[in-house]
Amino acid sequence: MKRTPEKPMLERRSFLKISLLAGGGVMFGLTTERQAAAQGRGAPAPPIDPHNFIKVSPDGTVTILAKNPEVGQGVKTMLPMLIADELDVDWKHCKIEQAPFDESKYTMQSAGGSTATPVNFLPMRQAGAAGRALFIAAAAKTWNVPEAECTTGSGRVMHQGKSLGYGELTAKVAELPAPDLATLKLKDPSEYKIIGHSQMQIDLHDIVTGKPIFAIDMKLPGMLHAAFERCPVLGGRLVNANLDEIKKLPGIKQAFVVKGPDFQGIPTSYPALVDGVAILADNWWQAQQARKALKVQWDEGAAAAGSSTAFAQKAEELSKQAPQRTLRNDGDVDAAFKNAAKVVEAAYSYPFISHAPLEPQGSTAHFNNGKMEIWTNSQQPGSGRRQVAQILGIPQDDVVLHMVRGGGGFGRRLTNDYMIEAAAIAKQAGVPVKLLWSREDDMEHDYYRPGGFQYLKAGLDASGKVIAWRNHFISYGEGENFVASGALQPFEFPQRFVSNYALHSSVQPLGLRTGALRAPTSNAIAFVIHSFIDELAQAAGKDAVEFRMDLLNQAPVVPAGGSAPPGVNAERMKGVLQLAAEKSGWGKKTYPKGTAMGIGFHFSHQGYFAEVAEVTVTSTGANSHKVKVNKVWIAADVGSQIVNPSGADNICQGGVIDGMSELMNQKITIEKGRVQQTNFHQHGMMKMAQAPPEIEVHYLKTTYGPTGLGEPALPPILPAVANAIFNASGKRVRSLPFSDSGFSWA
Amino acid sequence: MAFKLNVNGHTSTVDAPADMPLLWALRDILDLRGTKYGCGIGQCGACTVHLAGAPVRACITTLEMVKDRPITTLEGLSPDGTHPVQIAWEEIDVAQCGYCQAGQMMSAAALLAKTPKPTDKDIDTALNGNLCRCGTYLRIRAAVHKAAELASSGAPTKSAGPAGAALRNRE
Repeated sequence: MKRTPEKPMLERRSFLKISLLAGGGVMFGLTTERQAAAQGRGAPAPPIDPHNFIKVSPDGTVTILAKNPEVGQGVKTMLPMLIADELDVDWKHCKIEQAPFDESKYTMQSAGGSTATPVNFLPMRQAGAAGRALFIAAAAKTWNVPEAECTTGSGRVMHQGKSLGYGELTAKVAELPAPDLATLKLKDPSEYKIIGHSQMQIDLHDIVTGKPIFAIDMKLPGMLHAAFERCPVLGGRLVNANLDEIKKLPGIKQAFVVKGPDFQGIPTSYPALVDGVAILADNWWQAQQARKALKVQWDEGAAAAGSSTAFAQKAEELSKQAPQRTLRNDGDVDAAFKNAAKVVEAAYSYPFISHAPLEPQGSTAHFNNGKMEIWTNSQQPGSGRRQVAQILGIPQDDVVLHMVRGGGGFGRRLTNDYMIEAAAIAKQAGVPVKLLWSREDDMEHDYYRPGGFQYLKAGLDASGKVIAWRNHFISYGEGENFVASGALQPFEFPQRFVSNYALHSSVQPLGLRTGALRAPTSNAIAFVIHSFIDELAQAAGKDAVEFRMDLLNQAPVVPAGGSAPPGVNAERMKGVLQLAAEKSGWGKKTYPKGTAMGIGFHFSHQGYFAEVAEVTVTSTGANSHKVKVNKVWIAADVGSQIVNPSGADNICQGGVIDGMSELMNQKITIEKGRVQQTNFHQHGMMKMAQAPPEIEVHYLKTTYGPTGLGEPALPPILPAVANAIFNASGKRVRSLPFSDSGFSWA
Repeated sequence: MAFKLNVNGHTSTVDAPADMPLLWALRDILDLRGTKYGCGIGQCGACTVHLAGAPVRACITTLEMVKDRPITTLEGLSPDGTHPVQIAWEEIDVAQCGYCQAGQMMSAAALLAKTPKPTDKDIDTALNGNLCRCGTYLRIRAAVHKAAELASSGAPTKSAGPAGAALRNRE
């Protein structure tokens, strides 16, 4: 996971490219030094083909292209807003289109890591401003007046009562040299007409009228629908299958074996394509039905020994042994524990969980004349394209991708296994194929959020100050390698804020794919760290907010020799902690027994979030407790500008509800290498009646560059609710999900 | 087997097995892809359609169960987005990924047909079987109230959204 908290993720220098469109329009492109260099793998690169962000037709129609995949994060609306505002056109008159997939023109086209805002905030505005400057130059030339005397508005250039629409200027603009981006004057935020003003999601009208805009809705002439049977144990190799019987079933057009690449033992990273049987029919249901008659002999391989019970036992054993590795060791933890007035120890754990975006995995592919064309909702199409080329032995230039809206992502679509499967099936089938996973396929063959165990020990001095902190983190992997998203950063909070700090790790092998789930690692660690900090606050006899403020005020240890350390900026975190406390009326409310507040904060993906939850716990038995979250307050510092407030609030509230699902009901378990859960009834998601009736979102505007919201809003809600439950009921739960400890939503 | 289906006011003949769920006849045979597949076992509500006005899960409703009852899908609320529920969904800017919203809207429309002025509790009860993975529940609830308001104020007209009519960028 990349962590560059304060460093602006901006390009050093950009070049503008202009070219005339067929039909007399004009298009502007922006390319950057870094991206140009990337084309030549670090060597100085010649100018590349222009990007294509803005198209203006002679009739004045402005089309703006959205470069990144849309999976519900609102980026198809947000990025064009940046361009349109600086171009000075009316949003309601802009047409927004998904850009083609072409990273040589658009730089990285991906959806992940809450990066769209920090990466694109400047270049997208520059693209718009460069366009505006050109229309001004063209108009000034037409009228023979100084450019400085011209103004713009609503897609027109004005000068002393005269005006020309951008569409009327396209021919002239195409002849002009590109402006130097460094000389462009960008708007002062007070001049924004679109940025900072709520805009409806661009595809919403298509959504409410049921237009076929999702990947699952793709349809090509002559297309067959595919279902794909995989081994229930990851890495199982196919020995044989009763294909002849399957081919005779009603509606079945083709049935064949697909083979994945070879590998040995239990690797930390499995190939993206696994062995399986593809069944193709005129409609998906018949292909899926045929799986019931399928008899496959599998060689299940080493992962068949995997068991959640055994993993937990092994973790317990490892916790009692000397750690395999030390990731961080500041000060002298042992000496500090000896001097501590109080020592608190606790063991926390969290399970594997599944992403389960509501649109199951799937892609459409067509292999024709040596070229593979794919329509996919991938969050990371670029790496998928490389893998398709590599695994199927097709030159990368012959793999053409189209980005189609995804029904949720949450990190599941960062891995391109399903796109590669679709391509592999289409290559063998010889006709266009739409592969669709069933929900069971999705839940049983995910790249799961890795489970983990954290054995914590902290020492307090007589004043209640934290003087020592030790974490033995038990995860999965081999040697020095953690499984994907199964690592813990050595600078994770409260490192730097506790002078004697040690982070140790041990791993055990895992026969399961893992991957990034919304706010990877943070979605688990925030629960652990902030539940434990509440335990420490209680041991110190201090208020939970005051205790955290004290911790943040403990002078950070800056490593010798240098640059600013990664991790938490204490001032920004104190800002949101203060704001959350203020807005929620922390410490100022009197509640009846069974109702209380809890708090947590977390820094991830460049965003600072503190959240307060007010909950009511009703116990109906010794091991049966109903929880209602009455209200949540979110305080966020994601810098100087919220681009689309409507989308931003929605994402923050969704992050809270998503985190609550993880807290209460979600758990993937493994027995005999098989995932035990198959569908939503065994991997519970928040329902409407369980959601908090109110979730307030407050932004602390700071001078830092704008950053993303998709991930950082989620992590703090887990400890906020967990701590509120403790404050309301006296029950400290240290293991997710809470349903395992007798809790359920009221 | 041939089944006569009355969908959104049109009758079509579908030649498919009797146990094929209505969802797949709609999506893969009749080309009405607004209705979504989420779980296949009636757990998520993404496939909600109306059968003789009542909300049902099309993924567990087989063709032989439909009989001669009329079916309404999201496309049948209105093709141009003028049903109060559709207008309200746009005004409140409800969706994130949007995948569950067809089912949410069909449940909402069925509720409003029976209960024109629903309480929060009515909405929670009627829509509790419709999962939203993105967690847009607060906006869905607000949009149902908005739709009720629009429907009671007579013929719906397209009105301003969260930032005014400027939000309407399509069409």
